[in-house]
Amino acid sequence: MWAAGLNPGPTMLDQGFLKAPLGRLSLDSLPLHEPILIGTFIGVAVLGLVVVAALTWLGRWGWLWREWLTSVDHKKIGIMYVILGIIMLLRGFSDALMMRAQQAVAFGANQGYLPASHYDQIFTAHGTIMIFFVAIPLVVGIINFVMPLQIGARDVAFPYLNNLSFWLTASGAVLTMISLFVGEFARTGWLSYAPLAELQYSPDSGVDYYLWSLEIAGVGTTLSAINMVATIIKMRAPGMTLMKMPVFTWTALCSNILAIAIFPALTAAFFLLILDRYAGTQFFTNELGGSPMMYWNMVWIWGHPEVYVLILPAFGIYSEITSTFTGKRLFGYSSMVYATVVITLLSYLVWLHHFFTMGSGASVNSFFGIATMIIAIPTGAKVFNWLFTMYRGEIRFELPMMWVVAFMLTFVVGGMTGVLLAVPPADFVLHNSLFLVAHFHNTIIGGVVFGLFAGMTYWFPKAFGFRMDEFWGKVAFWGWVVGYWVAWTPIYIVGLMGVPRRVHHLDDVSLRPYFVVAAIGAVIILIGILGFVMSIVMGIVKRKALADVTGDPWNARTLEWSTSSPPPAYNFAFQPVVHDLDAWHDMKENGYVRPTTGFNPVHMPRNTGIGIYVAALSLTLGFGMVWYIWWLAAISFVGIVLVSILHTFNYRRDYFIPGHEIAVTEDARTRSLATGA
Amino acid sequence: MPPYRSAMTPRTPLAHWARSALVAVPLILLSGCKMVVMDPTGDIAIQERNLILVATGMMLLVILPVMALTVIFALRYRKGRNPKAYDPHFTHSTRIELVVWTIPLLIIACLGVITWTSTHLLDPFRPLDRISATKPLPKDMKPLDIQVVAMDWKWLFIYPEQGIATVNELELPVDVPVRFSITATSQMNTFYAPTMAGMIYAMPGMKSMLHAVLNEPGDTWGYSGNYTGAGYSDMRFMLHGVDQAGFDAWVSKVRSSGESLSTERYLTLDEPSEKVPVMHFATVEADIFNRAVNRCVKPGTPCIADVMALDRAADQGRHQAPRAAASEASMHDDMPHDAMPHGSP
Repeated sequence: MWAAGLNPGPTMLDQGFLKAPLGRLSLDSLPLHEPILIGTFIGVAVLGLVVVAALTWLGRWGWLWREWLTSVDHKKIGIMYVILGIIMLLRGFSDALMMRAQQAVAFGANQGYLPASHYDQIFTAHGTIMIFFVAIPLVVGIINFVMPLQIGARDVAFPYLNNLSFWLTASGAVLTMISLFVGEFARTGWLSYAPLAELQYSPDSGVDYYLWSLEIAGVGTTLSAINMVATIIKMRAPGMTLMKMPVFTWTALCSNILAIAIFPALTAAFFLLILDRYAGTQFFTNELGGSPMMYWNMVWIWGHPEVYVLILPAFGIYSEITSTFTGKRLFGYSSMVYATVVITLLSYLVWLHHFFTMGSGASVNSFFGIATMIIAIPTGAKVFNWLFTMYRGEIRFELPMMWVVAFMLTFVVGGMTGVLLAVPPADFVLHNSLFLVAHFHNTIIGGVVFGLFAGMTYWFPKAFGFRMDEFWGKVAFWGWVVGYWVAWTPIYIVGLMGVPRRVHHLDDVSLRPYFVVAAIGAVIILIGILGFVMSIVMGIVKRKALADVTGDPWNARTLEWSTSSPPPAYNFAFQPVVHDLDAWHDMKENGYVRPTTGFNPVHMPRNTGIGIYVAALSLTLGFGMVWYIWWLAAISFVGIVLVSILHTFNYRRDYFIPGHEIAVTEDARTRSLATGA
Repeated sequence: MPPYRSAMTPRTPLAHWARSALVAVPLILLSGCKMVVMDPTGDIAIQERNLILVATGMMLLVILPVMALTVIFALRYRKGRNPKAYDPHFTHSTRIELVVWTIPLLIIACLGVITWTSTHLLDPFRPLDRISATKPLPKDMKPLDIQVVAMDWKWLFIYPEQGIATVNELELPVDVPVRFSITATSQMNTFYAPTMAGMIYAMPGMKSMLHAVLNEPGDTWGYSGNYTGAGYSDMRFMLHGVDQAGFDAWVSKVRSSGESLSTERYLTLDEPSEKVPVMHFATVEADIFNRAVNRCVKPGTPCIADVMALDRAADQGRHQAPRAAASEASMHDDMPHDAMPHGSP
């Protein structure tokens, strides 16, 4: 089968349309003989039943549906994105722990406790989940919550689209999670390279789960990016020119422009692979003119800018936090903006550095290597600008600022190893080694993850009205920072010793101590993650003591801090007029007086369940396609089209909040400001 | 060819000492480990290792001050430490901006020049022009040709001049330049022996090349760095560096092994198998590597180069008079048409 390259077994072409009502799904698809999975399923089922029981007992189903699930409010959608990201972080990190445990024991004759076929799914799922269902939702969620408030808008440009985008992302995550219990996940690595991902070498459901989950979630991310760009371009408060926007909004703009440009490339690449797997085309096979190299190019044209989609908002978060907690405007605002734009543009020009070793020739390799290094220049300028914001500042080391300092000390090492890998002959000895894996975890953890935790800690009081518990927040901080260094320094070292990535076991027992230390580091990070969860739980428990009554607990500088915590549904009773950068700081300095009368009715969009219905139908579409259940896929597809058309006939999609209701809300705020001041 | 001078060759005793120190420090810290990447025995790998050290050193020039300043500023400007230093209006300085953009620019410019030159000099497609830093290439020395076929999940090494082949065992004479021609049967692999040289992809339907030389005898290993499925973790080969006499003796030993790599044997070998032990083949069917690159080892399957030649002829027949057949490439060309370009600038 492998050598001939022909007819590898049951494919979609073997199934008649109605011949097999459950497609290739059967009892064999369930992991009935895998104790770890059965245990996991029981745990998840019990947890699910507990949540369902609690909601029923508290009579909160209506509340959940009306207040959260069907909401088109950017603040609620942002919070739901973050919750999705945190839940998937727990799943993705469990994968990491299992990998570390396997690699700490599997030496010589010991093959470890995980069969290779499981290990291979776990590292694939780990990468896929962490990028697509943790990093992207957390970044999109924070941008969703913060950006409209920062620009003085009442919501994003397309609130229904926002809701749909969230539910499509959630639908992709659910489809991936289903693969844990029905069938298998991909065993191809997180980008699912051809030709391994072709039907011939991966005939089971794994790659199909991967492709359909990410196609669905990718549509959500693309729509969300369009939404954010439209919002920033069109809905800024009067007086807020582009060069008076907060830096976080700038990074959100650049990140989302990047996302709009690249997600179609990934969608197309995956769709061509879907055609290969379902329709017998030969885009990325070895036969009949197919070219796996083209797949590599297409996914990396997405893949490299994608990491900048993630890191730019993190840089924006660091800028906001540094400025707030040093009591100074950000140093070099203009050059920060230019650096962001330069990074955005350059990130399109470097994708080949992910496969220098594919033999493109010296001139091509040099071009991409040098282009990659050039990105270090604006990035370095940003780091210096943060440093000089701290210079002669009055630094308050609240948790968000601690995360910033940890980032600055950690991320720069990752940047350095990145520039090192950008030299093609150096990459020839380090490509696909654990050194590479350590590099990208260095930049993603030290850059993106620390930024996300900093941002969540910083804006948590704005979202919920009380701060996170500080003790457990510090446990989270130290767990992550110490854990990162303990876990990944040994991996840098074994990478320099020539150990490749994705290996299930190693022969050289003398390498074992490094992997044991790395496993200990992973456990320390686990403490950090649990600390973060506890800081939220204890924050809720102690919310009265930790309450934020003024709306501005950190004495910050941008417009979101001018609202109450949490902000009312309409964000601003009157749209603010902006005169300067750091608009809220400017207002505070110049004796801004909050209006308490004369409120006009505010035009608001209504909630809608259509996003959930479309996403649910996408889920059944994906599931049907994965298992070759054609009738299910067809009905789902028709359903999506019908529901979307039906939605256009919904004329009851808005309402007005009357002025007197706004007055009531604003009076309550006036009172709380008087007590808290 | 003019005498070769790598960008990495130290020009003065001081530079030589400095480079030795740069190499020695991390080695001392990590002694006792098998540092094949940082202490390799092949000239190409040695140059690549030196590049890592130089690039790291240059970047530390920026990174270390940045990390130091971060700590210093965090401590010195902590609220309450130095209230008089607080200057909320210090938010812009053209001089500082010039410095923070210029210094990284200069370092990257240097690195860029080093990148351009070293990428061209260390291009895997580029034939060697020296044996090592101290040994030039003798004028009449022919490289040893070795053909590599990456299979699922083992390595086939064909020595066309000697007419032998092995699985998972690569024997190399020391100080003899080697020219690897590399392909794969089904998946994207990387051909990598860390002590010898950097890696290059082994790809189905394509021929990549690697020029390398082993400067010291010894036993190490090589593997594929690109994940290809179930048997990937065990897809390793032994690399033995021996002197010329030892190499000749080994060739004789393989010739007396009795097995033959015929087309049928090759096709059964190509079936997926894991943890494959070392195999020796005393004879190799002619042209089997070229057929492997063109994916027509199995009798009756069309060769890629022939199909492409037919397509081209058909196209030309449509548009103009057909060209003479002799000018069309056939599969007996040294390079199939969709093989990778030579890396020479």
